[in-house]
Amino acid sequence: MTNGGDDLSTNTATNAPPIPARGRRPRRRGKGITLKTRQAVAGWAFVAPVVVLLGVFLVFPIIMALWVSVSDWSGAGSPFTGDFVGLSNFTDILVDGGLATRQFGTSLRNNLWYVIVSVPIITALALGLARIVSKPRKGVGLLRTAYYFPSVTSTVAAVIIFQFLFNVSGAINHMLAWVNISGPNWTTDPRGVLHLALGAIGVEQAPGWATENAVLGLPLWEWLSGPSVAMMVFIFMASLGASGTFMLIFLAGLKQISPDVYEAAAIDGAGRWTQFVKITLPLLRPTMLTVLTLSLIGSWQVFDQIFAAGEAGGPANTTLTPAFLSFSWSFNNQQWGRGAATAFLLFCIIVVFSLIQRHVLRESSTVPRRKRFYK
Amino acid sequence: MNGTTVKRTRTPVRPGRVIFWTVAILIALAYLYPFVVSISGAFKTDAQATNDPLALIPNPWSIAGFQAIFSSWFPRALLNSVVVTVFVTLGRVFFNSLAGYALARLRFPGRTAVMAGILAVLSVPAVVLLIPRFLVVTNLGLFNTYAGMIIPLLADAAGIFIMRNFFLSIPQSVEEAALIDGAGPFRTFWQVVLPMATPALVTLTVLSFQGSWNELAHFIVSANNPDLAPLTRAVAAVIGGGMGRENRFPLQLAAATLMTIPPAVVFFIFQRRLMNASIGAVKE
Repeated sequence: MTNGGDDLSTNTATNAPPIPARGRRPRRRGKGITLKTRQAVAGWAFVAPVVVLLGVFLVFPIIMALWVSVSDWSGAGSPFTGDFVGLSNFTDILVDGGLATRQFGTSLRNNLWYVIVSVPIITALALGLARIVSKPRKGVGLLRTAYYFPSVTSTVAAVIIFQFLFNVSGAINHMLAWVNISGPNWTTDPRGVLHLALGAIGVEQAPGWATENAVLGLPLWEWLSGPSVAMMVFIFMASLGASGTFMLIFLAGLKQISPDVYEAAAIDGAGRWTQFVKITLPLLRPTMLTVLTLSLIGSWQVFDQIFAAGEAGGPANTTLTPAFLSFSWSFNNQQWGRGAATAFLLFCIIVVFSLIQRHVLRESSTVPRRKRFYK
Repeated sequence: MNGTTVKRTRTPVRPGRVIFWTVAILIALAYLYPFVVSISGAFKTDAQATNDPLALIPNPWSIAGFQAIFSSWFPRALLNSVVVTVFVTLGRVFFNSLAGYALARLRFPGRTAVMAGILAVLSVPAVVLLIPRFLVVTNLGLFNTYAGMIIPLLADAAGIFIMRNFFLSIPQSVEEAALIDGAGPFRTFWQVVLPMATPALVTLTVLSFQGSWNELAHFIVSANNPDLAPLTRAVAAVIGGGMGRENRFPLQLAAATLMTIPPAVVFFIFQRRLMNASIGAVKE
């Protein structure tokens, strides 16, 4: 912006309107000052609407909610009318050991298993899909459309579709019947899949240490339940809906790997699988980090589907999530302090998990570049 | 290098290729099957939807589900969705491109701070905002109003970034000519810059449309008047409504099908641009 002379020459080159010749020099200097102040005014005028919007509808309300989380506000009148109660909302949830702690523990258990199961599935599916559609072949565009299509539907529509597919006499159970499996009543089955698996290998009773010790009011045995059968339906739904979106990110990452690398490897005699493990995966590490982080953040925010399913976290609280619990405490029970505290705890969980993931993946990427190709 | 490329394209049908296409098409069917079976389910009778969910051709055909929702809540919810989506989309496109342009091109004191603020806001997960949004909407007296449902959704940090990155990517010379010629910054923006930004504007329009059409959480906390409920909210109320879930599947599937049509149509029209944009948006 300061190099006026250069700009003028570019202008003439790009057919810009000719600059009047009269009083060229003084005019330019005068304009330069005006331009600067004009730009400052215009700059602020242009960003003012979004600054006000973000301030009024995001920053200020977050501060209000922070206050609510340390108050006993019951939903009537201004949030600032509640009394300060210190950290008692947080201690109720985290250390008190009562119903609130147990509910929070349960929601954390459910969401943790949701994350543990869904994030790897989504990531693997997305990478697989991206590999399928990454080569410019005929017909690949159609495949890409098909894989991405579930991502454009709303969660509400997806919930209806999945309740239809997974209802006790639904399409999935009909298909299972072909191979002589009688499917469960998916959406109302609170049994944990890990418990079911342990039961299948003969572990019916919880060992003593798992029933005697509890975390957040929940015995260890309950923590080890795995996602419930009902939660699995939401996991399938997320896998279908999110893998297409993340496929696009992997596609962008795959495009940045030069084909020369693969050719060199092929000449050295590396097979398809070796190429994938030794070249694609290491070079995709930054993309992988993006996908894992985004899917992790998304997987901790399970709310829409639980609300839409209309079971309030049922059956037996096994689809209750921290996000839904925060909503339900505030809006249904008028325990706004507790609800707001839960929301901030959830925020902390998301931040901590993202940091851990980032750290873990960064550690392994410090391997010298050359070592990644040749071993 | 040339030799290998030629060799690869000339390769005749191999078993590997057959396996590839079989797997690829099977997965595609798995991704589309839920939608196909749901559309057909919407046209079945209650009994057939429950007893024979797999049949792709309804027998007999029935539009009872569609009739039921059209004669009650559906038209109103559709209207609400259209109103909210139109205003949110227009507002986002206008405000985001203004801000994006300023952040990319105009030098003003505090620009870095604004930028950092937007980045910080971008990292707040949406679910954490449920209670804060309710608090501000109620306190401003906007609860149960269209304004309360629309205005908070205009704050869209991701859209600002998309626009800023686009403006950074186009050459600066033309607009500078206009500026030096004495056009004010707004006139330059409106008459010179925006017409050049059509691709980014289309992208932003499509993303805002999909986002606000499919939004649910904000409508839950900003209104509870059924007359104001957009489709997502109204349909969610129907699912949770009790009354013997199984035999109402055609009705629910009819609602799910209809509400998916607008985003699906927009997706098919703009799919190339949308897919590239999603990549760009996330790469930031």
